[in-house]
Amino acid sequence: MQTEWPVLTVLTFLPLAGVLFLLLIRGSEEVVRRNARQVALWVSGSTLMLALALLMNFDPDYLGYQFVDRGDWLVGEGIGYMMGVDGISMPFIVLSAFLTPLAILASWNSVQNRVREYMIAFLVLETLMIGTFAALDLVVFYLFFEAVLIPMFVIIGIWGGARRVYSAFKFFLYTLAGSVLMLVAILVMYNTAGTTNIPTLTAFGFDPKMQIWLFLAFFASFAVKMPMWPVHTWLPDAHVEAPTAGSMILAGVLLKMGGYGFLRFSLPIFPDASMQFAPLIFVLSIVAIIYTSLVALAQQDMKKLIAYSSVAHMGFVTVGIFTFNAQGIAGAMFQMISHGLISAALFFAVGVVYDRLHTRDIDAYGGVADAMPRYAVFFMIMMLGSVGLPGTTGFVGEFLVMAAAWQAHIIVAIFTTTGMILGATYMLWLYRRVVFGAAERDEIASLKPLSRREIAIFVPLTILVIWYGIFPGGIFTLMEVSIDSILNQLGTR
Amino acid sequence: MISAIVFLPLLGAIGAGIGAFLHRDRLAYAFSLSGVVLAMALGWWAFLTIAIPGQNITIHLARWFDVGLFQVDWALRYDALTAVMVIVVTSVSAMVHIYAVGYMAHDASKPRFMAYLGLFTFAMLMLVTADNLVQLFFGWEGVGVASYLLIGFWYHKASAHEAAMKAFIVNRVGDFGFALGIFALFHLTGSVQLDIIFAATPTLQNSQFVILGLSLPALEVAGILLFIGAMGKSAQLGLHTWLPDAMEGPTPVSALIHAATMVTAGVFMVCRLSPMLEYAPVTLGVITIIGALTAIFAATIAMTQFDIKRVIAYSTCSQLGYMFFAAGVSAYPAAMFHLTTHAFFKALLFLGAGSVIHAMSDEQDMRKMGGTWKKIPFTYAMMWVGSLALAGVPFFAGYYSKDMVLETAWGAHSALGNLAWYLGIGAAFLTAFYSWRLLMLTFHGTPRAPAKVMAKIHESPPVMTLPLFVLAVGAVLSGWLFYDLFVGHHWHDFWGDALFIHPLNSVMEDAHHVPKWGKLMPLFVSIGGIGLAIIIYGKCPWIADKIANTFPAIYQLFYHKWYFDELYDKAFVRPAVRCGQFFWLRGDRGVIDAYGPDGISNIVVRFAAFCSRLQSGYVFHYAFAMLIGVLALIAWYLVRG
Repeated sequence: MQTEWPVLTVLTFLPLAGVLFLLLIRGSEEVVRRNARQVALWVSGSTLMLALALLMNFDPDYLGYQFVDRGDWLVGEGIGYMMGVDGISMPFIVLSAFLTPLAILASWNSVQNRVREYMIAFLVLETLMIGTFAALDLVVFYLFFEAVLIPMFVIIGIWGGARRVYSAFKFFLYTLAGSVLMLVAILVMYNTAGTTNIPTLTAFGFDPKMQIWLFLAFFASFAVKMPMWPVHTWLPDAHVEAPTAGSMILAGVLLKMGGYGFLRFSLPIFPDASMQFAPLIFVLSIVAIIYTSLVALAQQDMKKLIAYSSVAHMGFVTVGIFTFNAQGIAGAMFQMISHGLISAALFFAVGVVYDRLHTRDIDAYGGVADAMPRYAVFFMIMMLGSVGLPGTTGFVGEFLVMAAAWQAHIIVAIFTTTGMILGATYMLWLYRRVVFGAAERDEIASLKPLSRREIAIFVPLTILVIWYGIFPGGIFTLMEVSIDSILNQLGTR
Repeated sequence: MISAIVFLPLLGAIGAGIGAFLHRDRLAYAFSLSGVVLAMALGWWAFLTIAIPGQNITIHLARWFDVGLFQVDWALRYDALTAVMVIVVTSVSAMVHIYAVGYMAHDASKPRFMAYLGLFTFAMLMLVTADNLVQLFFGWEGVGVASYLLIGFWYHKASAHEAAMKAFIVNRVGDFGFALGIFALFHLTGSVQLDIIFAATPTLQNSQFVILGLSLPALEVAGILLFIGAMGKSAQLGLHTWLPDAMEGPTPVSALIHAATMVTAGVFMVCRLSPMLEYAPVTLGVITIIGALTAIFAATIAMTQFDIKRVIAYSTCSQLGYMFFAAGVSAYPAAMFHLTTHAFFKALLFLGAGSVIHAMSDEQDMRKMGGTWKKIPFTYAMMWVGSLALAGVPFFAGYYSKDMVLETAWGAHSALGNLAWYLGIGAAFLTAFYSWRLLMLTFHGTPRAPAKVMAKIHESPPVMTLPLFVLAVGAVLSGWLFYDLFVGHHWHDFWGDALFIHPLNSVMEDAHHVPKWGKLMPLFVSIGGIGLAIIIYGKCPWIADKIANTFPAIYQLFYHKWYFDELYDKAFVRPAVRCGQFFWLRGDRGVIDAYGPDGISNIVVRFAAFCSRLQSGYVFHYAFAMLIGVLALIAWYLVRG
């Protein structure tokens, strides 16, 4: 399905155009600062509007890619610029466009130095995220996928905490190491199939023996991104050091690129290998769920705790994807979207108190509820969403994945479901130690209540988490056809 | 109308929540009281006009899940079973709401309290009206959260939020089983819809699940998993540890959630699933055993506790055991009957205890009470009514329902049924004993409270005594009123298809043909228990200490609640935290990072250092290296020839 004008390209590069505006700002430092924030917010806001318009016009019943737009690039070599969306990528594009303005709003006051450069990094990041999800050519995808590292590396490395350089490098090298293998696989695929066009490759049908190697190469990259156990150790460090907004985007969108990769490449293009490796993935995911949940229990740093919980939640996603049934994949998709909203909100919740007390040490808090009642409510809702309370989005995805896991293997289901107990344990403990209790110290008792700006960030996230927890149908219809076509490709439908 | 019953309390809760943020107490009261009282009126109206004539209604509200076979609706199912639960929940809830206005009058955040109560009532109603397992789970976890919020209501107190967290997590262990049970049934029947599951059950008797090479009957696996859920919510042996701690919450909460409604959700669930459980005999056996053991186990603890609320909490635990073993011998109507009467008299006891605590300036320790009955005669009378009903003294509610439960255990004519009967009789004796121990310690004897407290003792205001009176009426009349309807010879006319007993099972009929001495046994032991307690605690208090000192081991065992908390702490809580520490420091840092990224970067650094050492800058070093190279090359050519 082609469109009259290249709407996806426009959407992708709109934030980049905003960067030009940012570069044009002149004046005193204070003026630049103020204007840079405004421009970034407006640009990302317009991007969100455009993404929503795209969503309105998206036809969920259409089989294949929509809003496709092609361009000549490396003509005649089988490598071309091609963009398009289906039910798998559409939700992620909207998620990216939705979280970026919130992230910019979240750093309104907390970032004071090099504001212009900071905003540029975020807008570039937005372009690259949307591009990753919209690309329909492997080479284009690879470029976006890899380039995402650069602004994130900069965000952590410049605006991060004390150990930012170590974390930034760890993040960069981990992810790069995974991707190198993927690059090799892409070259092999290009040599075999003569093209890097994703729809063509999906229909190509690689030799099952070759699939194994290609699968493993892609797996290396996606497993790091996800992150799966045992290549997850970059995540806690990166989150701890990243500024609040960086964490929001990192947890909200960047982690989903791994899951997206599995659904876009691994399952449809290497179906035989995927089936073969499913047991391995189950084992790794179960270890991730139990191991990282226990590790989360031992954390003293609020951000680290939530970062570890992310690894556990992503464990549900990989279990769901590799059950190869409709509930599992739909559940995994839903879990990713839900985690995008909830973890962004949780990291923001940490940021809110960090801005006030400048510590992430859990023991430094306790009794926050008295001074910040509204904060306690929002934090509570997101905490309950994270533990998968029915009526929030956290439940929908997790429950479907676990139900699907029983269909695939009973033992997998049993171990996966223990995540329900462990998840409740560390989140409730965190909440209890931070929010409940008597405010014994003056600095806690005199905490400033939530500002309007902070409420404006929490409210949309909260509404979505509850609304789609009660009526998730809108998201399911969006991806139903695309999930069916993945299942067809796998032959398990 | 059914929708209105369910959603009115939610509206009340939202109104109260808004009131809490605007600091408008009256607004909050107006919303939450009118919501729940209207719901109660409609609940009774629906009971009389829909349930009694034997109608069933299902209302589909919206689609929830729609993923392949996994189809779930938001729907309200109203049949006889739901109808009974609705009147129990709305009535007790309405009384507790009114009572709370007085009880919480001095608390700064009462609108928040009212909002939580409304939220709880809504979740409980969603639970009982569920027409599929997932919505049941929604209500199930919803009441769990409401209970969490209410136990931890006084969040300044460390013990309160600790208890709240414990309640949620222990319940989550139960929910783990519940969720797996849902998945098992979904796998078997391709649906989570109750009607479809029930229709498919008779054909599934030979289905098997293979777990770790073991082939297990599928229905039993699903049944036991679901029962684990019920054990968590209803605080049955093993998963009961949260309930006594939950007494940290304000007393109206204990009455509503931890006596009358939420904790009975497990019994409700077992009854709701009767069409399936009837084909899972092993599961029913497990339910009988656990129920009977809990009945006696909790009663032994209740005998030794001194916190007035904890005594009643363990009593609740024990009474829930009765309901479970009734359900376990397939006497679901008897279980529901006891659930209904228990809701009234146990809520009465809790609210009465609340009235005592209120009068005694928030003192809960019975050792610091005594000699108060003349100062609070109304509360005293209400506590008597509640205790008489609990002990099963004739013509009070508990007399009808508890005897019915015991008779069905007898009528089951099975080894497990007999076991349940004997343990039930033992528990009945203990029940009567601890109830009168409570009465004697609290109201009689010499005053043990400081004179300042004694001087301030006063009867509670009408807003608190009125609900007590209403509940007392229920505690007196509900047994007599509902006996024929619920468990009489024509029980099937009322329950219809809501409760299913296998056609070959005649337990409900046999229960009416218990020999005379079997029928009178519960009454004898109750009177014995009452008498003994009056003698010991009324006349010669030294006997109690004497007994405790003669059998210190047993006394300590009961007093320390059979050491369950200590055991769980050692077996689960500490190891989990230690595992977490170990995985983090030894796993993540010690192995993955040390050999992964940090290890590799160390190697690179060392290799680079080594390489840079080669570039020493001394010409003779380089010349020497060249010389070696040239020699090596020549040697190689020579060797190769």
